[in-house]
Amino acid sequence: MKPTNSSDPDHFHRVVDCQWGCPAHTDVPRYIRQIAQGDFTGAYLENRKSNVFPGVLGRVCDRPCEPACRRGRLDETPVAICRLKRVAADLSDDIRDKLPPKGPSNGKRIACVGAGCASLTVANDLLPLGYDITIFEQHDKPGGLMRTNIPSFRLPAEVLDDEINLIVERGVDLRLNTAVTSMTELLDEGFDAVFVGTGAPRGKDLELPGRHDSDRIHIGIDWLESVAFDHTEEIGENVLIIGVGNTAMDCCRSALRLGGKNVSVLARKPRGWFKASAWELEDAEEEDVSILINHSPKAFIVEDGVLKGMTFDKLHYDITDNNKLSKPQVLEEVFLPCDDVILAIGQDNAFPWIERDIGMRFNQYDAPDVDEVTHGVEVPGVFFGGDSAFGPKNIIWAVEHGHRAAISIHKYCAGEDITERPARGMNLLSTKMGIHEWSYSNDFDDSERRQMRHVELTERFKNIRIEVELGFDPEQTAREVERCLNCDVQTVFSAKDCIECDACMDVCPVYCLTITDNCDEADLRTRLRAPASNAEQILFVSDALPQTGKVMVKDENLCIHCGLCAERCPTGAWDMRKSQLIIPYATDKEGRCQLTTG
Amino acid sequence: MSYITKPAITHPDLPRNAVGLTLRDYEGSMSTLCAGCGHDSVSAAIMQAYFELAIEPHRVAKVSGIGCSSKTPTYFLGGAHGFNSVHGRMPSIATGANAANRQLQYIGVSGDGDSLSIGLGQFAHAIRRNVNMLYMLENNGVYGLTKGQFSASADKGSKAKKGDANAYSPIDPALLAISLGCTFVGRSFSGDKEHLVPLIKSAISHSGFALLDIISPCVTFNDHEGSTKSYAHTREHMRETVYADFVGQHEEIVTRVEPGEYRQVTMHDGSRVGLRRVDDTYDPTDRISAISYIEKYRAGGAVVTGLLYVEESSEDMHSTLGSAEQAMSDLPYEKLNPGAEALKRIQARWR
Ligand SMILES: Cc1cc2nc3c(=O)[nH]c(=O)nc-3n(C[C@H](O)[C@H](O)[C@H](O)COP(=O)(O)OP(=O)(O)OC[C@H]3O[C@@H](n4cnc5c(N)ncnc54)[C@H](O)[C@@H]3O)c2cc1C
Ligand SMILES: Cc1ncc(C[n+]2csc(CCOP(=O)(O)OP(=O)(O)O)c2C)c(N)n1
Ligand code: SF4
Ligand code: SF4
Ligand code: SF4
Ligand SMILES: [Mg+2]
Repeated sequence: MKPTNSSDPDHFHRVVDCQWGCPAHTDVPRYIRQIAQGDFTGAYLENRKSNVFPGVLGRVCDRPCEPACRRGRLDETPVAICRLKRVAADLSDDIRDKLPPKGPSNGKRIACVGAGCASLTVANDLLPLGYDITIFEQHDKPGGLMRTNIPSFRLPAEVLDDEINLIVERGVDLRLNTAVTSMTELLDEGFDAVFVGTGAPRGKDLELPGRHDSDRIHIGIDWLESVAFDHTEEIGENVLIIGVGNTAMDCCRSALRLGGKNVSVLARKPRGWFKASAWELEDAEEEDVSILINHSPKAFIVEDGVLKGMTFDKLHYDITDNNKLSKPQVLEEVFLPCDDVILAIGQDNAFPWIERDIGMRFNQYDAPDVDEVTHGVEVPGVFFGGDSAFGPKNIIWAVEHGHRAAISIHKYCAGEDITERPARGMNLLSTKMGIHEWSYSNDFDDSERRQMRHVELTERFKNIRIEVELGFDPEQTAREVERCLNCDVQTVFSAKDCIECDACMDVCPVYCLTITDNCDEADLRTRLRAPASNAEQILFVSDALPQTGKVMVKDENLCIHCGLCAERCPTGAWDMRKSQLIIPYATDKEGRCQLTTG
Repeated sequence: MSYITKPAITHPDLPRNAVGLTLRDYEGSMSTLCAGCGHDSVSAAIMQAYFELAIEPHRVAKVSGIGCSSKTPTYFLGGAHGFNSVHGRMPSIATGANAANRQLQYIGVSGDGDSLSIGLGQFAHAIRRNVNMLYMLENNGVYGLTKGQFSASADKGSKAKKGDANAYSPIDPALLAISLGCTFVGRSFSGDKEHLVPLIKSAISHSGFALLDIISPCVTFNDHEGSTKSYAHTREHMRETVYADFVGQHEEIVTRVEPGEYRQVTMHDGSRVGLRRVDDTYDPTDRISAISYIEKYRAGGAVVTGLLYVEESSEDMHSTLGSAEQAMSDLPYEKLNPGAEALKRIQARWR
């Protein structure tokens, strides 16, 4: 293999699994260390820099960082990254005076359609630069699905209000109860750029016999919205939820709080093929929701205008050798009685308000063709982000889209080429404090993951607004922070100093290091001291070593960043250096896109 | 010395040997030697060898004298028995322990100071008795523990860290051992585990005294320019003769397509050692030619490594003495102590 080019910012970035897995590249190990040191405000600000809504995300983030976390590969459970984010948000001081104020007006006006997290991020990023930002929102409150669909027992309204206010109060022109009904008209208003953050607002329907014969069959996201706005305050005792994604989990748990007694979630497929996140399933089952697998909906049974129940085909699947499901086999038809049905089988984009003759290309799903990097479309100056860009994803992706779109808008308004993106950078700083002392906690803590405390089952159903999760207490926090391996404290190698004494490879607890003859990657992976079967994890390959011409190879997969290799190295060929990814934002002072006007 | 101990967490897919242990189960405490000391690397090779041979740590007894090298048994095979003796006296302790319990595997760890100065007499007599043990002489040319004075293995003219040249000619432990009748003699380098590990495995399976002279650089006091026991100097001057390829009792022989002649010797326990001669002129079963070969290259400054000498039909101390198979602790009391009557009969023989 060619020697690794570790000056490419992506090299060390990839080693920080959580940060690499996070769409917004939140510097997780850094904020975990700040929490460990009691600097909750610093930790909050570190989060806010990249993810804008730490209080929200500390509760409901889809947390792609956690399955990516290295700790999960070592002792099965990842660091409770998301829980710790909430700790930072819960304990942070007021940070109002630490945010940049709206800059002096640069004379440019930006319209954002929809007040969801994507639009709010665009506003957050562009405000300090002096843009005049108008957000149009059809509802009477901002927040998008965070408010209308994520139930308040998971995300209290105050948390959401707080973090939205941090943006809006700095000078956004937020126009509530104002649906945008025509793109043409909006463009005619002379905005310098338009950002579309309208989400994926249409819940999928299930056209089966009887579908339109009763008013007790609800579309999940619409039903959750009417619950959020207090338009719906009760439901029948027997409720069937169709679908087993995250929307289904919110529907079933909401139903339990509005009078549902027997709430069942019906899945077409077996467990392991569910769309819902493991923790959402767990929380629903803790509340005694039953999840029925292998049920395929057939018909709604409505008698005299009254919904009686539904019929299903009970299916059987074989699991093939490569862990795939065979085609299902129908075993029997079953009838399940119910008072209400909630359909939670997915969402679609819908753009009824965008005229199809304004030069924007729409794809086969009737959604506009959006550029994945610039977030622009055919019509110059129009940008899309969040669920409206590429279909339903999650909050953290919507935020990242917002950051990217803000860069594009800033460049567009400055007349720059939006396809030329500012580059990421990487700083490395040694953590060495003494011969065997480091400025981070390098000892491995074998604690197990701390479990979230919940409000008692007897209490939590009394009111739909009671937040179920209580957050971590100080003792849980103190333990959990130590579980983080500090993957950003990188093992940095200097081949010219290596005398091949083998000390580092002998001391490494997980056998990540090997000195061997160089060859191609596939072959190299078979020569390492411990199995290097995780091909998604990179190998570091050094330059040829001075004494034998062999190379130092490191399999990054399971390094626990304990620093022992560097402690046992007599020549300082290894050093533990903290990497810090420099992510470009529109607001960067030194950013390449500086407006000259206004 | 590190402030943290090596964490117990490890690679979840670490291979297990025939007795179900991983390499980590062969570790001892955290080393307190200088970072980069050759001795740590030798300890790692020892762990690897015992792991590969699937010998459970509690079947092994570790003995040592005094010196940095002699400290190392603490750092490997934590589950083994052990005795850290006084300076140069490890061979007597090993002889005694071995006499009392031949069921254990013995590994002695010593240094060039411990074996070739204060302990030279003991060293010679353990060889002469052919005590069944692996004797690791971790050779760095200095007294590391006492801050780097030249030892008896330091080459004449080699430079100390501050620049003084050594005035005396060296004792070569391998040559000395062969001439004393040692039945297994090898030399290797701490920085070359590919050769060291199979050599240790072969030596463990040898019945009788097996000496391994391991060049093991003292990174703190003897790894500078002008030293003839540094990493760089050893790598430049190593001359490999016979590569010992250990083949276990029941293992398949994987023939390696490499230059040189290949033959096997069968060890006492039925395992085999494949000898691949790197230098065709060398015969590791011929004592006289081995000595002259080593002498010849030594004069030219080369460090001859490999399995230097092996005597297949070696008779260890117990065969010579005709002693009991069991450990003394397993013998019934009446046998261990036959009583006053038996003593009288023995004494009568000399009246
Ligand atoms: C039930 C459910 C639960 C979820 N749970 C989670 C979770 O736990 N974690 C997570 O990360 N993600 C979750 N998601 C997904 C997440 O909510 C969305 O991915 C995210 O909110 C998308 O943000 P957005 O800004 O693109 O759009 P949205 O949040 O959908 O906001 C769009 C806004 O635009 C407004 N709007 C639309 N059209 C117009 C118009 N023409 N004029 C004016 N205003 C308009 C809407 O009223 C809305 O306020 C969940 C989704 C659902 C449905
Ligand atoms: C009886 C006695 N004499 C002298 C010493 C001092 N002493 C301690 S270690 C040592 C030499 C060790 O040299 P070596 O065996 O080569 O070990 P190294 O540290 O080089 O591995 C000496 C002379 C002692 N401990 N005991
Ligand atoms: S151990 Fe810490 S730094 Fe490493 S991936 Fe997990 S959370 Fe991130
Ligand atoms: S920091 Fe060094 S010794 Fe520790 S696990 Fe990583 S490579 Fe191994
Ligand atoms: S003094 Fe020399 S022999 Fe002793 S531990 Fe340090 S490097 Fe090793
Ligand atoms: Mg010595």
